Amino acid sequence: MAAGNRTWERPTVFPNRSVKWAVYAGVVGFFLWSGVGVGADPARIAQGLGSAGSLVGDFLPPSATPRQAQRILDKMLESVAMAMVSTLTGIVLSVPIAFMAAENLSPKPLYAINRGFISVSRAFNAIIVGIIAVKAIGFGPLAGILTITFKTVGFFSKLLAEDLEDIDMGSVDAVRAAGASPIQTLLYGVVPQIIPRFAGLSVYRWDINIRTSTIIGIVGAGGIGSVLLTAFNRYDYQYVTAILLAIIAVVLVAEGVSAVVRRRYN
Amino acid sequence: MATEQRSWRRFGPRRRIARFVLLLTAAVTVIASWRFMDTGVARPETIPREVTDLLTRMYPPDVAYTTQIVQPLIETVQIAALGTLGAFVLAIPVALLAAENTTPNGVTFWLGKLIVTVSRSVNTIIWALFFVVLFGSGPLAGAVAIVFRSVGFLGKLLGEEIEEIDFGQVEAVRASGASQAQVLLYGILPQVKPALVGLSIYRWDINIRDSTVLGFVGAGGIGVELFRAVNAFAWQSVAMVLIVILGVVVVTESLSAYTRGLVR
Repeated sequence: MAAGNRTWERPTVFPNRSVKWAVYAGVVGFFLWSGVGVGADPARIAQGLGSAGSLVGDFLPPSATPRQAQRILDKMLESVAMAMVSTLTGIVLSVPIAFMAAENLSPKPLYAINRGFISVSRAFNAIIVGIIAVKAIGFGPLAGILTITFKTVGFFSKLLAEDLEDIDMGSVDAVRAAGASPIQTLLYGVVPQIIPRFAGLSVYRWDINIRTSTIIGIVGAGGIGSVLLTAFNRYDYQYVTAILLAIIAVVLVAEGVSAVVRRRYN
Repeated sequence: MATEQRSWRRFGPRRRIARFVLLLTAAVTVIASWRFMDTGVARPETIPREVTDLLTRMYPPDVAYTTQIVQPLIETVQIAALGTLGAFVLAIPVALLAAENTTPNGVTFWLGKLIVTVSRSVNTIIWALFFVVLFGSGPLAGAVAIVFRSVGFLGKLLGEEIEEIDFGQVEAVRASGASQAQVLLYGILPQVKPALVGLSIYRWDINIRDSTVLGFVGAGGIGVELFRAVNAFAWQSVAMVLIVILGVVVVTESLSAYTRGLVR
């Protein structure tokens, strides 16, 4: 009875408590090393945050001259237009790639190549792709369209390929057994199964593309981003705030539209 | 008997018209968008040639350059790690505010939602512009930018997890005489801990990718090297940096997928 002097200890996911503490120590050590690496000394952070107050004062209130407001509007429309066009081009290009990247529909070598392409597209941030696109074909919205299209293909074909891998092969076999050609099998056996997801994904990607199109202008790939960077470089912080508010508004509207549409299709 | 010539149609007439109008609107929007933009392409057929031209200049990648990018690469990983840690710490209170069942009152609920929205709507690179002004250029500005970007993401998703918890357990802990802090620690946190860890690892993975571009605005990391090489037209070095980034991203992505599998 007296030997049962046990206290409750929280259960742990680790094999035992020493492993748990070793993992924790390792993680803490890694973060400390990182902190030293990036020069995150508390004094500097405190100083920076201390001057944040006066800096935030410089950013308020948002203001833009009529000419600047016009420029925000023009460039914002350019951003939205870029997103519209590249959502379409991206999705059109994604469809064949998705079919080739679906394990159940595509031969092994083709599958590997397309999965590789998808990984490459997903690995690079839009800004990096944007810089390379600008160097390749020059400044302007065309570089932006190229960038967003490239990013869309990676995202869209990956998710679409996963949906294709999840389809019910029974209905595909049924269509094939009824004597359908390969094309007809695709059209009547596979496509109807993914159409609802396809619509939802398209709108979702459109929403992401609107976000992307508002920033890649920073590297000269068209849209509102270029205006933002110029304003920042001129220390015109009230104008910066006005631009940011415009970006946030557009992003929120896009997100709202996308949420409403996706709720209808899911 | 022969008079009734019916054929199967998937949609009724109203749906058909609606779908047609929808498609037409989409087509008009895309065409109008294309015409609105001053793309300045006289000859779109030259685009593939220009892109291939650039890609050929990238080959072969400059392998010797690797030694120069190890340090910036480590810095990128550190920025992402610290940024995720900071976001992890800040996201817990934000999530508690933004979850309908734990927020104290209406005002705090909207405050939580506001923080989440602003954080999520402003891209990492824009946050970085701001913090470079504040902290001067360097990786610290980058790490703080990552924190501010990730708080909204983690706060939103964690808040949704908190809204799904079983409140009975919270009541039980409270009924046994626990203080507010103890309710939080023993009633709420254990229920969302797997989600919290999983989401943070997921965000860390995204942050690695995001922090590769911080260098463009002077916020440290491998981006600094990348943009230096791009501006020097050293395409073979650029190719090497891109390959290294690809390698790191692939590794972190599989690591993140593996660990998230463990905690689920």
